[in-house]
Amino acid sequence: MSEKLIDQAIDLANQARALSDGAADLAREAARVGAETGAPLAEAVGPSPLVTGLTVFVLAIFVGYHVVWRVTPALHSPLMGVTNAISSVIIVGALIAAGTGGYGFSEIMGFIAVTLASVNIFGGFLVTHRMLSMFKKKQR
Amino acid sequence: MSHDLAALFYLVASICFILALRGLSHPETSRGGLRYGMAGMAIAVLTTLFILPEVNFVLILAGVIVGGSIGTMIALRIQMTALPQLVAAFHSLVGLAAVLVAAAAFYNPAAYGIGLPGDIKAASLIEMSIGAAIGAITFTGSIVAFAKLQGLVSGKPVVFPMQHWLNLALGILTVVLIVWMVAGQSATAFWLLVLLTLLLGVLIIIPIGGADMPVVISMLNSYSGWAAAGIGFTLGNNLLIITGALVGSAGAILSYIMCKGMNRSFFSVILGGFGGESAAAGGGGDEDRTYRQGAAEDAAFLMRNAEKVIIIPGYGMAVAQAQHALREMADLLKKEGVEVKYAIHPVAGRMPGHMNVLLAEANVPYDEVFEMDEINREFSETDVAFVIGANDVTNPSAKTDPASPIYGMPVLDVEKAQNVLFVKRSMASGYAGVDNPLFYMDQTMMLLADAKKMCEDIVKSLEA
Repeated sequence: MSEKLIDQAIDLANQARALSDGAADLAREAARVGAETGAPLAEAVGPSPLVTGLTVFVLAIFVGYHVVWRVTPALHSPLMGVTNAISSVIIVGALIAAGTGGYGFSEIMGFIAVTLASVNIFGGFLVTHRMLSMFKKKQR
Repeated sequence: MSHDLAALFYLVASICFILALRGLSHPETSRGGLRYGMAGMAIAVLTTLFILPEVNFVLILAGVIVGGSIGTMIALRIQMTALPQLVAAFHSLVGLAAVLVAAAAFYNPAAYGIGLPGDIKAASLIEMSIGAAIGAITFTGSIVAFAKLQGLVSGKPVVFPMQHWLNLALGILTVVLIVWMVAGQSATAFWLLVLLTLLLGVLIIIPIGGADMPVVISMLNSYSGWAAAGIGFTLGNNLLIITGALVGSAGAILSYIMCKGMNRSFFSVILGGFGGESAAAGGGGDEDRTYRQGAAEDAAFLMRNAEKVIIIPGYGMAVAQAQHALREMADLLKKEGVEVKYAIHPVAGRMPGHMNVLLAEANVPYDEVFEMDEINREFSETDVAFVIGANDVTNPSAKTDPASPIYGMPVLDVEKAQNVLFVKRSMASGYAGVDNPLFYMDQTMMLLADAKKMCEDIVKSLEA
């Protein structure tokens, strides 16, 4: 009776080991497949990058709407200067293209874009600074 | 630097940009705001350089130094009257940069982590093509706007038959090309798309006349933001998306304000055909109407004995470079105990807020300068309204005559002042080619001369 029980226990233990081996194999397989397709497993859960980007985009439009309506009309020209300067944050994309180390087509495109955006960054901020430094209060 | 850390730094940069815009709610806080903007840009650039696996500093530094010195030189030399041209030119650069970044991403998608050449993710391709299309429209559109503002081409609207249908057809073709590009990963489609949208940018801006330029500049400002946001989606970069959205909404709001200032719907401005310099056509008709003409001495006498004078400057004042002489005149009046204020119409000047900058440049304190809505009810208790270089924005027929082309446009209630002094080179009509009944009213005295000369003459009489 007790021998039978022991045999059953050993059987169960063996089955459990076989199962765990199978699970480990599966996990390895899954990891390999995951690595091959380049899709991290976590990404399958959250929203796609497009939807995340869209969320940020729409919220930023709301922020922009409320902030810009509070800009005093007297400073609408400096507002254009500032927005012009900060829109050249596109330089981020240009830096990635220019900075790869090679000298191919993309790098040249990136280089020109870096140059153009730099004109804008320096020119935009400086001309806005010139405008703003002229706005003075009445001297009493 | 890990990508998470970089994303957090980008967030800091985004907040800096928001604070830069927030600072513009008052002149006192605006300079501090601008420093936030510069800091944000520095953070953005440095963070990007840190996350790149390999950085070609030679190429990047060369670009920044060349571009930076050109930008600095231009910004230091530009005349404030030429500000609208400058802004238009700068917008075109953002547009072109967006096109180039899109092209770089198309040919080297691996650098941006969006796939391999010929096997780019469909979503990225759509975002890329939209970014490139808006960028290209911004580029050529801004160049046309620049040429019109700079006087390189006529400010007259260019219209031809079937124009809107052509634009519509090209718009549909743009969508077709985007679909082709996404479906086929086709480089041909990409470049055709760029060429087509470059053409579209020209066609969209040429029918818009010189008088509508404030709207056009605001609109292009908005486009440059949307282009940056489009590229932001391609790169999956929240900083670009946020900044693009901020700039885009700022431009859209300014366009709306400018349209309202001219009582024109945004749609009718876009369709164009209005705002040409058809001055010669107007004016005619009632040539027998009489007006009273005065000299500088009369104007000086009137204003010296007034309690309150409101000055209404227009773009003509800036063209005549009269702002310094005008401020001198106002200073002398203030010394005599006269209260002097300036009234600014929303569309005075060639871009939003242009007149405020021009007055500030001439050392007019900003707390003497008022927006139309703030000051309009004060005209009835004003002794002298001094109109210089403005015309249509004072035209009372915008309120009374439904047949007038500018009917419904908000105007300054100049005719309610006890006396109106109207500085004008000749009796020709204004930018919109509309006759101004204000000239023939009893309380109006026309000062027919160059604005600068007239101000100087008034200064002389005041000093005498």
